[in-house]
Amino acid sequence: MTTSHYQLKRVDLIFKNENDWKQILSRSLKRDQTDIVNSLISSELKGRGGAGFPTGLKWKLTAEQEADTRYIICNADEGEPGTFKDREILSQVPLKVLTAMAVCGYVIGATEGFIYLRGEYKFLEKPLNNAIKEFENYCNDIGFHFSIKIFMGSGAYICGEETALMESMEGHRGEPRNKPPYPTNNGYLGKPTVVNNVETLVHTYTIFKYGAKKFKDLGVQYSRGTKLFSISGDTPIPGIYELELGMSLQDFVDEFGDGDTKAVQVGGASGFLVPRKRFAETIIGYKGKLTGISLPTGGSMMLFNSSRSMFNVLNNYLDFFQEESCGQCTPCRVGCQQLLKGIHAVKRGEKHASYLKKLIKLSETMEYTAKCGLGQSVANSFSSIVENFWEEMVF
Amino acid sequence: MEMINLTIDKKPVVVKEGTTILEAAAEIGIKVPTLCHMKLHDMGIENKPGGCRVCVVEVEGRRNLAPSCVTKVEEGMVISTSSIRALNARRTVTELILSDHPADCLTCAKSGECELQDLAQELGIREIHYKGEQSQYREDTSPAIIRDVNKCVMCRRCEMMCNEVQTVGVLSAVNRGFDAVVAPAFEMNLDHSVCTYCGQCVAVCPTAALTEVDHTGAVIRALSDPSKTVIVQTAPAVRAALGEEFNMEAGNLVTGKMVSALRQLGFDYIFDTDFAADLTIMEEGTELLNRLSKHLNGDKDVKLPILTSCCPAWVKFFEHQFPDMKEIPSTARSPQQMFGAIAKNYFTEKINVKREDLVVVSIMPCVAKKYESARDEFAHEGNPDVDYAITTRELASLIKLANIEFKSLPEEDFDQPLGESTGAGVIFGATGGVIEAAVRTAYEVYTGKGLEKVDFEELRGMEGIREATIDFDGLDLRIGIAHGLGNARKLLEDIRSGKSNFHAIEIMSCPGGCIGGGGQPYHHGDASVIRKRMEAIYREDANKTIRKSHENPYILKLYEEFLGEPMSEKAHHLLHTAYFDRSNKIES
Ligand SMILES: Cc1cc2nc3c(=O)[nH]c(=O)nc-3n(C[C@H](O)[C@H](O)[C@H](O)COP(=O)(O)O)c2cc1C
Ligand code: SF4
Ligand code: SF4
Ligand code: SF4
Ligand code: SF4
Repeated sequence: MTTSHYQLKRVDLIFKNENDWKQILSRSLKRDQTDIVNSLISSELKGRGGAGFPTGLKWKLTAEQEADTRYIICNADEGEPGTFKDREILSQVPLKVLTAMAVCGYVIGATEGFIYLRGEYKFLEKPLNNAIKEFENYCNDIGFHFSIKIFMGSGAYICGEETALMESMEGHRGEPRNKPPYPTNNGYLGKPTVVNNVETLVHTYTIFKYGAKKFKDLGVQYSRGTKLFSISGDTPIPGIYELELGMSLQDFVDEFGDGDTKAVQVGGASGFLVPRKRFAETIIGYKGKLTGISLPTGGSMMLFNSSRSMFNVLNNYLDFFQEESCGQCTPCRVGCQQLLKGIHAVKRGEKHASYLKKLIKLSETMEYTAKCGLGQSVANSFSSIVENFWEEMVF
Repeated sequence: MEMINLTIDKKPVVVKEGTTILEAAAEIGIKVPTLCHMKLHDMGIENKPGGCRVCVVEVEGRRNLAPSCVTKVEEGMVISTSSIRALNARRTVTELILSDHPADCLTCAKSGECELQDLAQELGIREIHYKGEQSQYREDTSPAIIRDVNKCVMCRRCEMMCNEVQTVGVLSAVNRGFDAVVAPAFEMNLDHSVCTYCGQCVAVCPTAALTEVDHTGAVIRALSDPSKTVIVQTAPAVRAALGEEFNMEAGNLVTGKMVSALRQLGFDYIFDTDFAADLTIMEEGTELLNRLSKHLNGDKDVKLPILTSCCPAWVKFFEHQFPDMKEIPSTARSPQQMFGAIAKNYFTEKINVKREDLVVVSIMPCVAKKYESARDEFAHEGNPDVDYAITTRELASLIKLANIEFKSLPEEDFDQPLGESTGAGVIFGATGGVIEAAVRTAYEVYTGKGLEKVDFEELRGMEGIREATIDFDGLDLRIGIAHGLGNARKLLEDIRSGKSNFHAIEIMSCPGGCIGGGGQPYHHGDASVIRKRMEAIYREDANKTIRKSHENPYILKLYEEFLGEPMSEKAHHLLHTAYFDRSNKIES
């Protein structure tokens, strides 16, 4: 067992509400912009919604881009099945998120921010708007010009992808754009734009409040700070937990499993399946020298006990991808469907088991040819489930 | 502009900043295969959604492959267009497209012209490793266009054409996942939409997902029916393009061969739509002068500018989108419909054949002409003036079917009386041609003087919107020209807002005019083909002895014997029409 990770540690930073947002905001607005960016960079905070891009760097790149207008968008599309951490944040500590958006606006030179709110979270619109009103009034009082609007999403999972999100805000069909250019150069309405996940923004609040060091002291190298996990599946205690990054999956299963856990899907449909034999060596954190696998975007952790059919699990994921793909690029539009039909053909005995190997190759090709993260990440669950549960796929 | 140095397939290359990898590779003779990408040079038309992923290449240092059609070059890039990963990806992607494609190539309307077929051939695909599901959509048939959606590869070219170039907005991507497809809103049928049938979507579709309604069978049946007299008219743009279907260079004029092929096919009389184009000029030109003189005399009721009306897609466009302005276009019917009316009312008398025994076939560069010929107002007691409108492509397939060796055919002449035409009739086929023809006649009628120079170069060209002022002996006649419905929309909006001050405007729906029509041989993204056809059209005009419509002797005879004079009551009845407000009307 490695010694370079933390034991499972519950933390309470994100939901802790000391109602000090006015103080944090005014204090931050007095700081030099580069000072804020540098402290974010030194905190080593990485995005909690996407591929784990360093948040400080994202703000810096956007700020440095020449433009007359820039935007900050809070990504609250939260479409990953089984995750609802962003919903909880926006219900419980909305003003922390708004403050973080305003500070980002201050740093990058944006006077307008947007919250892209998942269509199913319509019920949050009113309370959020109330919070925004209160927040904007305060900004007005202290002479800081910043406004925030809510944009209701259309209910498509793909609209959580940042460029599809911006297309959708611009009134187009929600389809990812080709990257590069990245939103930091060419985002909403063609302007440099920061897109951050709800949780990422709350972490920046923590850093504004306590300083970079306190944040960085949590977690392990490459994976600093805490993370919200949505824990579901075969567990006696499902729910949302804030945990310090860097624990081993074994510790995690010991805490949350039902004693019969055979595998854990780390990171939802686009994440990986880890079988029991690899629990001990798997560290939950971002990709890096110390951690075995890259972290789950949304923080979904799904436990499966021995009564579960992994074929069904994979079938559900593929079905999800097949339906949620925006359909614009071939590898994903057709690939997902042929993977899905393929595993059924093998299961029914219409195809030899060796066809699964071809399908794994197909998923790998999708990984480096698909246009966006959705199609690129299908291989994660596909090959990890098929390789580890080959018998369940065939018989 | 800054220059960028990079390496492609081990060769150094220097290109302008902003160039894509695909373009940079082409500069050094490396052709990366593509499918969804299409660029019509000089026309400002480009489709590059980066969706098919066929053109992916390896960029050193990047985890994923890069779509070369949308990835801009960067200083120091090292690219391999045929790394093992890129080759594998290209094949896999193509196999995936094929896995969701009905492989009925042998009987497919697009066989031999299909870009997907070409791609599979180029990549040497001999097996599809991944099979699973094929899409099952419903087929959609309209008066002019068939959508066989199972063959859609989601290249989005049609969507770009319909939305960006034509601004009609009928086609867009609908559904998600495997079911994603390009279709009218709510996957309704085309004939329930505001589709103009311009056929520009058909012109760019790489597969047979969009094709014209095929009337060749009906034409063959008519030709083999001994009780019918079957006559044919050929539109000006056809002769400048038909040769392409027989592996001749674009820009070859095949008028004489086309006539002899039609004769061999068994048509009883081979006539020319150009004749009717001259007739159109007589009517439309007179209408222009009437309106103009009323306007100059201060008549406030008279509306200017006058707009041409010979393009049926354009007519349907303004009926849907600008019904408040339906009084402005000329009431003159299109040449196709004038021909039909004259054939069924005048020619029948001449040859003593009953209307119902005369079958009028027209060969058109156009898909919308099928729809036009089926409009209720162009039929008499259920018998249409034009029975079948077939495209240049359909004619080519008839010729092939009849085992005619097109290239070695002799040159033959049109029949009379409806086969004589002038250079003015010929140039109808190119953008600016209708108005130039009208100017040639209107000038001489208005001023009473002969033109010194028949060519009005200022009205020609490929610019989307053009303006020119012609000196009508002291009166400055202001002329506007638009081709492509997006450009037409701009001019119409200016008229509506009072910003425009033109006297006359020519509008054609297809980029380039009818030479770029939706029924022409496929250009496969090569815009130079359209330019060459244009040159051919003007060549034909220059070679004609008579170049002004009002000097066509058979036209003069027609007025003398039958119509009286332009805009006479009889002319009105047979050669003019009215327009409808279709803003609320979705046809079924
Ligand atoms: C298919 C797909 C869905 C996504 N959905 C979300 C989402 O619901 N919420 C989110 O914050 N990020 C989502 N992302 C990631 C975003 O594209 C983007 O990377 C992220 O919002 C950046 O924020 P961060 O840097 O704070 O993580 C999604 C990405 C993909 C490919
Ligand atoms: S990978 Fe899938 S979701 Fe992403 S752009 Fe391609 S088709 Fe759309
Ligand atoms: S025919 Fe023209 S208007 Fe109709 S769908 Fe095609 S491009 Fe659009
Ligand atoms: S219908 Fe044709 S042009 Fe349109 S997206 Fe499909 S394949 Fe492309
Ligand atoms: S421009 Fe010509 S080919 Fe195109 S729709 Fe109009 S009449 Fe038909």
